[in-house]
Amino acid sequence: MSILVDKNTRLIVQGITGREGEFHTRQMLEYGTKVVGGVRPGRGGEWAVDGKVPVFDTVKEAVETTGANAWICYVPAGAAPDAILEAADTGVPFLVCITEGIPVLDMIRVRAYLDQKGVRLLGPNCPGIITPGQCKVGIIPGHITMPGNIGIVSRSGTLTYEVVYALTMRGMGQSTCVGIGGDPINGTSFIDVLEMFEDDPLTDQVVMIGEIGGNDEEKAAEFISTQMSKPVVSFVAGRTAPPGKRMGHAGAIIEGGAGTAEGKIKALEDVGVRVAKHPEEIPQLVAEAAR
Amino acid sequence: MKLHEYQSKQIFARYGIPIPTGRVASTTAEVRQIAVELGKRVVVKSQVLVGGRGKAGGVKVANSPDEAEQAASKILGMNIKGLTVRKVLVDEAADIQHEIYLGVVINRAARRVTMMASAAGGMEIEEVARVSPEKIIKVLIDPFIGLRDYQTRQIAFTLGLKGDQIRDFGVIANGLYKAFLDCDASLAEINPLVITGEGKLLAVDGKIVTDDNASFRHQDLAAVRDVDEETSSEAEARRFGLSYIQLDGQIGCMVNGAGLAMTTMDIVKLFGGSPANFLDIGGGASADKVAAALRIILADPNVKAVLFNIFGGITRCDEVAKGIVQALGQVPTLVPMVVRLVGTNEEEGRAILAGAKMQTASTLVEAAQKAVAAAKGEEYVAPPPSPPVVYKPRKHRVAKPAAKKTVAKKTAKKATKPVKKAAKKPAKKTTRK
Repeated sequence: MSILVDKNTRLIVQGITGREGEFHTRQMLEYGTKVVGGVRPGRGGEWAVDGKVPVFDTVKEAVETTGANAWICYVPAGAAPDAILEAADTGVPFLVCITEGIPVLDMIRVRAYLDQKGVRLLGPNCPGIITPGQCKVGIIPGHITMPGNIGIVSRSGTLTYEVVYALTMRGMGQSTCVGIGGDPINGTSFIDVLEMFEDDPLTDQVVMIGEIGGNDEEKAAEFISTQMSKPVVSFVAGRTAPPGKRMGHAGAIIEGGAGTAEGKIKALEDVGVRVAKHPEEIPQLVAEAAR
Repeated sequence: MKLHEYQSKQIFARYGIPIPTGRVASTTAEVRQIAVELGKRVVVKSQVLVGGRGKAGGVKVANSPDEAEQAASKILGMNIKGLTVRKVLVDEAADIQHEIYLGVVINRAARRVTMMASAAGGMEIEEVARVSPEKIIKVLIDPFIGLRDYQTRQIAFTLGLKGDQIRDFGVIANGLYKAFLDCDASLAEINPLVITGEGKLLAVDGKIVTDDNASFRHQDLAAVRDVDEETSSEAEARRFGLSYIQLDGQIGCMVNGAGLAMTTMDIVKLFGGSPANFLDIGGGASADKVAAALRIILADPNVKAVLFNIFGGITRCDEVAKGIVQALGQVPTLVPMVVRLVGTNEEEGRAILAGAKMQTASTLVEAAQKAVAAAKGEEYVAPPPSPPVVYKPRKHRVAKPAAKKTVAKKTAKKATKPVKKAAKKPAKKTTRK
C-alpha cells in the first residue's frame, strides 16, 4: 500500500473555505481521498464543498470528532506556521503544507517543535503526495499518475509531473509520489522518503528528482550506498543555474560554491545511481534498472 | 535582500554593537565635508552589493580631507563587478591590531541558526572554510533557548580574547544574534570585527542579507531596497509575481514551475543553445501575466528565440494558449517562438496556437532542439525516433543487510502510518485510461 497515504487516510483540510482550499478539496474528493473534516476558525458547524465536509473551529475538535490521521493546510505563508503548530499539538501524525513563502526562521522553529512532538510534516512549498488509485493529499494531478511499483520523491512541482507523466505514458506506474518541496528547511528529506520506500513491499525502485542548493542529494547518496538495496534513478535540475541566485525555490541557491548540480550528480553517480541528462531519459533508465 | 554595509552597520549600532563614527555620501563634496567633521584619518568605502570591494580598489584610506575627496572622485562612479558605485561610506579609520570574523547564518544542514567565528578575520569565510576549516568555531543556537552566555564565552576564549573583551564580545554577539532574528536575516556578518590598538572591539564592516520570504513583515526594509539589488527586468518581474533571473544567452524561456524552469534552461544548453533567462510564471497563466513575462523576456536584446514550456496540471493548456495568443497581441514580435504545452486540455491548447505563427513541440527534447535551431536561424531537423522503452517490472527480492547502520532519525518512526503487511501482489502493469 505504499507509503504515508492510502485508502485508509482520513484527512482534515485547514483553510477549506478559502478559494484554494475549496478547489483542491473538491479535486481530492473526486480522486477518492477520504476528506473527513475541514477547519476554519469561526466557521465551525458549517458544511463545505456542497455539504460534503463538516467544518470545525479548531483542529483539535476536527480530529477528536472525525478520528482523522492526516492534515493539510491551504493557508497563506503568514498563517501557515501557526496552523502547522496547531495541528501538531493534536497529535495527528502526518501533516502536509503546500504553502510557498514561509520565512526560514519560522520553519526552523516549527521543525524543531515537530521533532519534539514526533509528528511528520511534508513540505512546505510542495505539491503534496499521492498514492495512485488510493489517495491524494495535495495538488498533484491524479490523471497523470497510475498505480505501479516505482516510488517517486522530488523537490519540485511541475518537474515532478513531467517525470510522472512520462512514466505513466509508458505504463510505468507509481507506488507513491512524494513532493518534499523546494524550501531550505522542511519537514521531510530525501533520506526520510528513501528509507520508507526501501521498507515498502509495493515499491521496487525509486526515482529521485533533485535540484541545486543544500546537501540533501549528497546525504541521500550516502544513504543509498549503505542502506538501500532498491535501485534509484535520479535527475538533478540546475546545471546551468548561476551561483548565488535563488532560482525560484527558496532552497534552490548555490552558496559559497556548495549545492551545485555537478556536485550532486557526482555524489549520486559515485554510488551507482543512474542520473538522467534530462527528464525524458528517466523512463529508459528506470527500465534498465529493472533488469 | 542584501543590505549595504552602511545600512547593516546602522542596524548593528541599534543593537549595541560598536561601529566606527561615519556617514554615507554620494558626492565628493559631501565626502570632503564628512572628512573635515571627523578630523581624523578616514577610510572611503564604496557601497555596492558585491564582495571584493577592497581588491577592486573600492576602499581607500585618506589622511586628509583633500585625500578623501580625491579617493571619492575615483571611487564614485567606479564599476565593481558590473555594479556602479553610487554611494560611499566615510568612516573614521580604525587602528586595527587584529581581525576577527563573526557571523550568524542559517545552517541548512543542521536546521539551526549558527554563530560562526574565526580568528582569521578579514578574509572571505568560505576561503577559510576551504583552506583551514579548523580555524572556524561554530555554535548551534537552540531555536527555543536562544544564544546562551556560556556559548559566547566559549567563542571568546577560543578567539583568544582577554579581560573586558570577553564581556564586550558577549554584548556584540548577542546584539548580532538579536539583529539577525529581528531582521529575519539569512546572514548577519561582521568581517572584520577588529581589536583596536586600545584593545577594544569594533565592527569595521557589516553585512546583512534578509530572507525574501519574510519581506511581508518588514515593510520598512522593503522601502530601502537598493535598485542595484536586481536588474530592472528582475524588479518588474517581482512586481508581477514572476520569478525572473537574467542570464546572458539567446533563448528566452517561459515555464511554469521553478524546477521545470531550471530543467528547461539545462536542456537548452544540453542541445547546444544558451538560455537567456530563468522565468517561472507560477500557477495559472492569465493573459496579463504571460504578456508581462513575454515583454520582460523580449526586453533582452540578446534573445533570438523564445521557448514556452508549460505543463498543465491544474493549469489548463487551453487557458495558457489563450493567454499566449492575447499576449502576442499586446507584445507583437518577430522573434521565433516554440511552444510546448502538455497536460490538461493539451489538444485544445495546441489547436488555439495553430493559428498563431509559432512552432509547437510535444516533448521537452523536441522543444529545446527547435528553439536552438530557431535561435541559430537554422531549420529544425527531427532526429531519428528513439526505440520505445521496454519495461518489465521486476519484483525486488534482494535481502536486506542483516545489521542496519543507524541513520540519525529526525522524527519518531511512529509518525508514519503503521505498515500493513500486505500480500505481495504480482508486479502487474495496470493501464489507466
